[in-house]
Amino acid sequence: MSLAPTLLPVRQQVRGSRLVWICASLLAFIAIASVAGPFLVDNDYRSTDFDNIFLPPTITGQHFFGTDDLGRDLFVRTLLGVRITLFVAVIASFVSLFIGVIYGAIAGYLGGKVDALMMRLVDAMYALPFIFFVILLMVVFERSLLLIFIAIGAINWLDMARIVRGQTLSLKQRSFVDAAKLIGVSSFGIVWRHITPNLLGLVIVYMTLTIPQAILVESFLSFLGLGVQEPQTSLGALVYGGTNHVQSATWLIVIPATVLAVILVCFNFLGDGLRELADPKSKT
Amino acid sequence: MRILGAIPTLLLVIAVAFLMVRAAPGGPFDSERALPPDVEQNIEKAYHLDEPLPAQFVRYLAGIAVGDFGPSFRYRDYTVSEIIRQAFPLSMRLGAMAMLLALIVGVSAGMAAALHKNSMLDRLISAVAMLGISVPIFVVAPLMVLVFAVSLDWLPASYAGSAGADRLIMPIIALALPQIAYIARLTRASMIEIMASDFVRTARAQGLRTASIIRYHAIKPAMLPLLSYMGPAIAAVLTGSIVVEQVFGIPGVGQFFISGALNRDYTLVLGITVFYAVIVIVLNLVVDLLYGFLDPRIRSR
Repeated sequence: MSLAPTLLPVRQQVRGSRLVWICASLLAFIAIASVAGPFLVDNDYRSTDFDNIFLPPTITGQHFFGTDDLGRDLFVRTLLGVRITLFVAVIASFVSLFIGVIYGAIAGYLGGKVDALMMRLVDAMYALPFIFFVILLMVVFERSLLLIFIAIGAINWLDMARIVRGQTLSLKQRSFVDAAKLIGVSSFGIVWRHITPNLLGLVIVYMTLTIPQAILVESFLSFLGLGVQEPQTSLGALVYGGTNHVQSATWLIVIPATVLAVILVCFNFLGDGLRELADPKSKT
Repeated sequence: MRILGAIPTLLLVIAVAFLMVRAAPGGPFDSERALPPDVEQNIEKAYHLDEPLPAQFVRYLAGIAVGDFGPSFRYRDYTVSEIIRQAFPLSMRLGAMAMLLALIVGVSAGMAAALHKNSMLDRLISAVAMLGISVPIFVVAPLMVLVFAVSLDWLPASYAGSAGADRLIMPIIALALPQIAYIARLTRASMIEIMASDFVRTARAQGLRTASIIRYHAIKPAMLPLLSYMGPAIAAVLTGSIVVEQVFGIPGVGQFFISGALNRDYTLVLGITVFYAVIVIVLNLVVDLLYGFLDPRIRSR
């Protein structure tokens, strides 16, 4: 359904953007808490305390979220997990943005057969079970954060490439591109200096949608034990740790799982909302 | 044409996976203590590691063509093919059931939402679908265990916990949930678009009842976007099955894949990756052909 935003009932538009605001504030709060939180409590993320294992969450005690099987403070570990998860996701999204924008802009600008071939390749890659290749990569090379960035970036650039291509196709018909051509700017120069800057707004909106995808991949890998390694942690690794104690210590899974779910839902609502405001013709 | 187009993709995918493993630092037989050089040579000969890379690749391809993925480097007594043959039927049943469930529930929910657009029902379905898309399987599945197995004790917590069919209920639902959400959203969007199109308006003007319009005019075009989603859906279900098998302890392909990955069993991981890539590419081809068959606009081209 493609209604221009001005045609939508005003109330609906306000409600939509209110949801965007709520999600953005919640995410900002979580991000700030993950950075500032560790300074406010005395516990650190890797001190074990075997006299105090499996302490349930308390408001008054020393461990707000309780402790895990090694007596480590879950509050601090959850904040660390949020920090690493967000960090990985943002960096990985930049990687995918970089690849996607270059690929999409080139395909869109050159057009014709090259474009058809390049987009056919994207179509073919869309349907591949990428995670299997990523895990293969993880097995073959040493596991490191760098590899995770590259792996996630390599998966997530496809959407970006499609969107950028579509936008480039319409941008290159504009007269400023003709003007640039006329004064003898090279193809590369036009793409780099004239097309790409005009793509930025849309690209940033779509980045709010690639971040949750990157979070998904990172936490998926960490959940399987192939991502972030101990004593570092991420939300996926914490959820996995919790699955081992589902019967006895439910907070170990419920707390990190909830935080992860809230972050993902917020990013998705934020991305959807922003996209609708920026590009009303897009469909979900 | 399309069949010919799938072959290069297939070869490229296998080549990339194969090269990735060959580019690994260190060989599969490197261990703490150095082997005597002649033993090492014998081993390399036995596994054809002394041949040039293209020859190894051709040998590997020829093996795949007859269903031979080579030996497993960790499960010493088994070949990769034996492991896959033993584990795949279970994974396939799990995946197929989840897909079927996702289609039935997802399409029904999407249709209901589209036909009652902007009602409470629509809002509810859209919100739940958003949740289903956002929250990953590895969060949902353990929470399901917590609620339905630990707290309520309705269903077994793991595959080994029961001998009956009930041990697959939770895995199937967990695997289907994100797909239900995607399919519901897709169906809703496409159904709304079709119901607003000119030919439906014409049908309405002729006085057809809504039920007949849906049945005879709207349903087929509305389902087409769903068909093109089947490719990514299959890939997603295969990916999800890794997690579900891990959480519920199901001895399927996914579990061997992860244990292979954690034990650095190159050939097993490579074999399963290639095997699944081939399945996905072939199924995509089927979907493509089906699409051309069902959509007259493509058929005439």
